[in-house]
Amino acid sequence: MWRELRPASVLFIVLTLLTGVAYPFLVTVAAQGAFPEQAAGSLLKREGRLIGSLLIGQPFDDPRYFWGRPSLTGPVPNNGAASSGSNRGPTNPALAEELAARVSRLREDPAAPRLPPADLVTSSASGLDPHISPAAARFQVTRVATARGLALDAVIALVEAHVEGRTFGLLGEPRVNVLRLNLALDDLH
Amino acid sequence: MGWLQSLVYVVALTALAVPLGEFMARVYLGRATTLARVLGPLERLTYRAAGVREEDEMGWKRYGRSVLVFSVVGFLFVFLLQRLQPLLPLNPAAQTAVSPDSSFNTAVSFVTNTNWQGYSGEQTLSHLTQTLALGVQNFVSAATGMAILVALIRGFTRRTSHALGNFWIDLTRSTLYILLPLSAVLALILVSQGVVQNFDPPAAVELTDPLQTPEAAAVTQQFLSQGPAASQVAIKQLGTNGGGFFNANSAHPFENPTPLSNFLEALGILLIPAGLCFTFGAMVGDRRQGVSLFAAMLLILVPAMGAVHAAEQAGTPALAAAGLDLSGSDDQPGGNMEGKELRFGIAGSALWAVATTAASNGSVNSMHDSYTPLGGLVPLLLMQLGEVVFGGVGSGLYGMLMFVIVAVFIAGLMVGRTPEYLGKKIGAFEMKMASLAILGPCFAALLGTAIAVAFDSGRIGVANPGAHGFSEILYAFSSAGNNNGSAFAGLSANTPFYNTALGLAMLVGRFLPALAALAIAGSLAAKRSVPAGAGTLATHDGLFVLLLVGVVLLVGALTFVPALALGPIVEHLGAAH
Repeated sequence: MWRELRPASVLFIVLTLLTGVAYPFLVTVAAQGAFPEQAAGSLLKREGRLIGSLLIGQPFDDPRYFWGRPSLTGPVPNNGAASSGSNRGPTNPALAEELAARVSRLREDPAAPRLPPADLVTSSASGLDPHISPAAARFQVTRVATARGLALDAVIALVEAHVEGRTFGLLGEPRVNVLRLNLALDDLH
Repeated sequence: MGWLQSLVYVVALTALAVPLGEFMARVYLGRATTLARVLGPLERLTYRAAGVREEDEMGWKRYGRSVLVFSVVGFLFVFLLQRLQPLLPLNPAAQTAVSPDSSFNTAVSFVTNTNWQGYSGEQTLSHLTQTLALGVQNFVSAATGMAILVALIRGFTRRTSHALGNFWIDLTRSTLYILLPLSAVLALILVSQGVVQNFDPPAAVELTDPLQTPEAAAVTQQFLSQGPAASQVAIKQLGTNGGGFFNANSAHPFENPTPLSNFLEALGILLIPAGLCFTFGAMVGDRRQGVSLFAAMLLILVPAMGAVHAAEQAGTPALAAAGLDLSGSDDQPGGNMEGKELRFGIAGSALWAVATTAASNGSVNSMHDSYTPLGGLVPLLLMQLGEVVFGGVGSGLYGMLMFVIVAVFIAGLMVGRTPEYLGKKIGAFEMKMASLAILGPCFAALLGTAIAVAFDSGRIGVANPGAHGFSEILYAFSSAGNNNGSAFAGLSANTPFYNTALGLAMLVGRFLPALAALAIAGSLAAKRSVPAGAGTLATHDGLFVLLLVGVVLLVGALTFVPALALGPIVEHLGAAH
């Protein structure tokens, strides 16, 4: 047993220096050199103030904004320091209640389509999902246009301009970045 | 579109695994590679400092002892660093010391390549603990699994010998020439997609629509946790580790921001385990043997992907009753989107769920706890099969080779011949060890579940009522006992009971199969090689692939169907009413 202790400890130290110090350090240097904005969290700045990350969803509750996907992070939704999903099981009565409450809130808009898209009502895995589906964005256009007193066509055009397709036409899902859309909406005025 | 994405995934995986497998064989055979010319001096300097000599080969017991001593050293280091992190640097979020039971659990978890997480990354660990404790184990626990596999392969190729190679050399070469370069490349690609890589404290940003709360003042800021995520995510995918930098793991946009990063991270899960099949073929001097093992694994993987995709796209009666549009189209993913990220949709989530549980990776890009009963059953079963469908780096293939031994034994019984594989006769000792390797993790999974449901301290952790709560416990012990690390994460597992029980299950699941595989390696290496004759069972054709798949599925089904019936199956039947 003692015969193995020397190679075990020496190799552990060497490999720790290599994989635990040199590797993250060199990757950090290279990453911040080549992709400084991404490495720092794709942060958005306006007039010198940080107003969000392109990758992290924010809570939107005002009818004047497009709403993102429900988030069950604690203690507040979209908590960027405590990512988490709901972990509700498929047959949990609490899930059925949450779904019903969200659906009835969405149906307060009489002009919205009858069935809300699944992604607008179900909570995301990270609690920080920045996207909704194009259908979920279109579902909300009448509410947003009415609340802002904007022409419906202008809001629809803005949504369509913000639809991102699948990567290489193949990977992932078509989507709309909610924060980006809402910032553009504020800029309309 | 979903099936096309999966098809491209399988094609890309195969196209990359073949050359990588050949390269790894060259590394383990000590042949010249470009990397070895560059890093060779560093490698030799390390050996000199450690007192390791290349010609000093080990028998199976010494090889196993070296694995154990190295794992104990790693365990102590990870444990102590968690306990001492408030006194150490690189702790900008001022994390406190981790509790003793959680430190034990996490240290075992990362040393055994399980990477089960009882804690929440961004709320528990300092940047120093993440990189120096967990990041290092991501590499060396993976390298340890690869080394054990290489020793077993040498058992097949050596004749009347006791030497299985040198653990320290296999460990160093796995890290230096395979894991490190692949991780560095993947990490940089991931940063280009938006994975964070810094040592900053959380970033405070102003909310566009301040959050109104009934009790208190409006919340006007959002704090975004930061850290050296990309370097860690790359190796956690490639080393079948799976321990997320953030709590939400690869569902977190800072760990997995785009469909492309998702595709590459999912490729990373299976890349090395798939490549090792071809390494095996190259090292035993018959590439067809590696191809047949790869084919057997694919034959289980692909239907599993289809099954999860179909179950999740169909949704649940509760979702339909709530009045949601569940149809999938170019306008929306539809289906069961609870606990899934929109950018991945149903297809990207289902593909990942299958890859991560087929391999003993355990990272998640969607919350398995919220899957439909049948969509959650498949990942559960894939773990229970023993993590041999690609499985962990190294451990997956040596686990599959245990099933190969059982399969040739069964075939031998059918025709009344002494079973043999790759020219080595399979005797009673090999069968005993293979049975031990296969049944050990099953025992840990089922006994652990039984104990947890029998006591309040186990039942109290359940988050969802009814059969689903049982599934949460069964999933936890299946994950720990097979060194996967994913969870039905509603279970509150950061308690002294679960930290201890799951820690023990992880130790059984790691070291019993590992030592059994080494014992087999030692026994096989000592044997002579018998030339193949007319009556030798061919182990490279379609018939053998089917036999092997049949054995894996049969053992898994016989062991776990009763438990699955109490969990996901009863939940599915109940949900239909």
